[in-house]
Amino acid sequence: MTSLSKGAALVRQAVLAAGLILVAGSTWATAAEEAYEPAITKQLWSFAGPFGKFDKAQLQRGYKVYKEVCSNCHSMKFVSFRNLSQAGGPGFTEEQVKALAATVKVQDGPNDNGEMFERPGKASDRFPSPFANPEAAKAANNGAVPPDMSLLAKARSAEKSIYTWPINWLLQYQEYGPDYIYSLLNHYGPEDSKVCETGYYNTAYLGSRPCFAMPKPISDGQVTYDDGSKETVEQYSRDVSAFLMWAAEPKLEERKETGFKVIIFLIVFASLLYFTKRKIWANVAH
Amino acid sequence: MSGHSTYVPGTAFERWLEKRLPIISLVHDSFVSFPTPKNLNYFWTFGAILSAMLGWQILTGMVLAMHYAANDAVAFASVEHIMRDVNYGWLLRYGHANGASFFFIAVYIHIFRGLYFGSYKEPREVLWILGMIIFLLMMATGFMGYVLPWGQMSFWGATVITNLFSAIPLVGSSIVTWLWGGFSVGDPTLNRFFSLHYLLPFMIAGVVILHVWALHVVGQNNPAGIEPKSTEDTVPFTPYATSKDVFATVVFFVIFAWFIFYVPNYTGDPDNYIEANPLATPAHIEPEWYFLPFYAILRSIPDKLGGVLCMFGAIAVLFVLPWLDTSKVRSATYRPLYRQFFWILVIVSVGLGWLGAQPPEGGYVIASRLFTAYYFIHFLVILPLLGLIETPKPLPTSISEAVLAKNGHQPAHT
Amino acid sequence: MATTTHDTPEPSRRDFLTIATIATGAVGVGSLAWPFIDQMEPDASALALSSIEVDISQIQPGQIVTVKWRGKPVFIRNRTDKEMAELKNTPPGDMKDPQPDSARVKKGHENLLVVVGVCTHLGCIPLGHSGSFDGWFCPCHGSVYDASGRIRKGPAPLNLAVPEYAFLNDKTIKIG
Repeated sequence: MTSLSKGAALVRQAVLAAGLILVAGSTWATAAEEAYEPAITKQLWSFAGPFGKFDKAQLQRGYKVYKEVCSNCHSMKFVSFRNLSQAGGPGFTEEQVKALAATVKVQDGPNDNGEMFERPGKASDRFPSPFANPEAAKAANNGAVPPDMSLLAKARSAEKSIYTWPINWLLQYQEYGPDYIYSLLNHYGPEDSKVCETGYYNTAYLGSRPCFAMPKPISDGQVTYDDGSKETVEQYSRDVSAFLMWAAEPKLEERKETGFKVIIFLIVFASLLYFTKRKIWANVAH
Repeated sequence: MSGHSTYVPGTAFERWLEKRLPIISLVHDSFVSFPTPKNLNYFWTFGAILSAMLGWQILTGMVLAMHYAANDAVAFASVEHIMRDVNYGWLLRYGHANGASFFFIAVYIHIFRGLYFGSYKEPREVLWILGMIIFLLMMATGFMGYVLPWGQMSFWGATVITNLFSAIPLVGSSIVTWLWGGFSVGDPTLNRFFSLHYLLPFMIAGVVILHVWALHVVGQNNPAGIEPKSTEDTVPFTPYATSKDVFATVVFFVIFAWFIFYVPNYTGDPDNYIEANPLATPAHIEPEWYFLPFYAILRSIPDKLGGVLCMFGAIAVLFVLPWLDTSKVRSATYRPLYRQFFWILVIVSVGLGWLGAQPPEGGYVIASRLFTAYYFIHFLVILPLLGLIETPKPLPTSISEAVLAKNGHQPAHT
Repeated sequence: MATTTHDTPEPSRRDFLTIATIATGAVGVGSLAWPFIDQMEPDASALALSSIEVDISQIQPGQIVTVKWRGKPVFIRNRTDKEMAELKNTPPGDMKDPQPDSARVKKGHENLLVVVGVCTHLGCIPLGHSGSFDGWFCPCHGSVYDASGRIRKGPAPLNLAVPEYAFLNDKTIKIG
């Protein structure tokens, strides 16, 4: 009995010590990093949560911002014009998509004479890339390749906190990408800032220093909206972030709708199974 | 498979078949009449859950392979093609990727259940070792599967893990070149990983059959950790265990579905949505969560060969576990001291997992070293000693008695 | 076995609860099977490429041009006046798959024949300007088609299929 309780006490002390070391270790480590904390703020998105849906008007505005501003430097090579009219997307009509596609020149061929030729775009064509290859993109942008935007909203994460990570799956937090892109576009510092030797001062940039390779891409009034929405950087960045989330996850609405049905079905099935199992075991002490 | 079959062929065809291939009686004896301890709790349903996960992974993997292209120029694009264009491709791909995580969740619960209730002890040593072989094959399969989307984490994970073999003295770098089929991870590596990723699950299925065979020879362990004494202590596998297993599996799939449909990228790394770039390593690379404890052990040792040996040693020690634990009592229910050390091991293992995801600097390194040391001390020092110094609680004489004690001596109706 | 000692309910009894549970399970398995079947259908990118436009202004009388459509050859044949006259004089009555030539072309463009170049027997590609009817001859099993792509001799059961197509203008047709 005494040896037992002694052992137990020993164990408890060991756990306590290990815990203390862990906490001390982690605070020390975080203290060293605390010099720069990127200012990333969570936003309310229409596509968040179990019943989330894209706001079609917002996606159309976001596409306009992408097309008139972003696409000058960024490719979006996995998205086709036809995607713009598919279910769960910006909701352009097929006629509108054809017209949009026809505004770009696409290289095709070879023809019967073995020559490549240019033709107007078709709905089945991918979005055109601004540079022929990464080397050309690099040369034109001070040595930094503007990343492809097809998956950008899923390829950036701002969420590292040990306190929220364990419950984020329950809260269904999957909007870290648009949150980050929105924050980046809204956190350019004063243009005469002397903080950065290379890059541009941006207090949302996830890096060791607040210096981001991309100059401020957009300013108030740069893109004209037809639906009366505000023509501000804040609104532009909100719309383009939503558009990028759609571009990265075009099946989001279908996924969430299917998921709701599947989970309801599984819960009903599990309940039936539970009562069946209980009935089977009713007369066995276990 | 033990004892005389209770199967009675009903029809003339069954009698005809039974004489030529007794497959119905084999299935009957293994999954219908098989005597199952009646006191099994829900932790014993993870065997069935794991079978379901293996089936799910093979099924979704097989159809994904119909659309995937194992070529470094198009692999990343072919995954996007699946996600965007293939009918239900997003479901199959998210189901397969999250399936790997849920397979490992289930296997870790299954292993820790075995640790708690002493399921590795005589006469179940071979059963346990077969399980460990399955675990190793799962890790190999999971690792190679993660390489296939050819994102940044795929590429750099493959680079780091294959480089582990360069720690082998003299022949290390030749072995790594051989693994790669080139001078770095590249197209030949991707192709062979795809081939092996398709092959290994069938090897897993083969070892699972051996695992189940061994289980049916020695019988299932149970929460009391004592062998069934009479038919009073057991129930037939069907419908008792089957109904419970199916129920638990469906509940498991509710949580699984939540991840597939609502947080499909939760367990993944955002960097893997960037196509592999052999010229730039991501700022912070880490393996998938299920490898993190082993990754933490690897990093905690400041010597290359030592780190690799410790990492593999952390799994090797599990293979000899049946001979390290000197206690004759199986279940932690009757081992008051072991029970506490078990929970410390759980905390240390989860802690190592967390540390594996932290940057290798400062206090994290110190904590990783302490936790790694404790992990090995648990198996190599504490377990052998514990059997000698611990005074177990008195064991019940039978499973029925254990059930009565649990239910407060009342003839229970639950 | 324990069943006898514990007086448990007969496990095979099909009461309402059991039937409901099994039926729900069957619905679940059935629904789950659908994505696994549907994934093998042509995907969205293949469907988006299911129509092509062809310039026909350069096809000379007597010439057969082969274009690729949905992974298969399509023969576009500009038929000569001699061939047209011959076809007109052949009543389709005793053919295997009777069809007048006029039903296989577009009004106002009678000389232009557009057919899918896949033998209706077992899928080989017939050779142009061959066979005893100066149409097509399939080298695999000897099916003979005339200049309207109709089956005249051999094992093939049907005429060469006419795909869905339309004249966008006098120079261009859209197939699909």
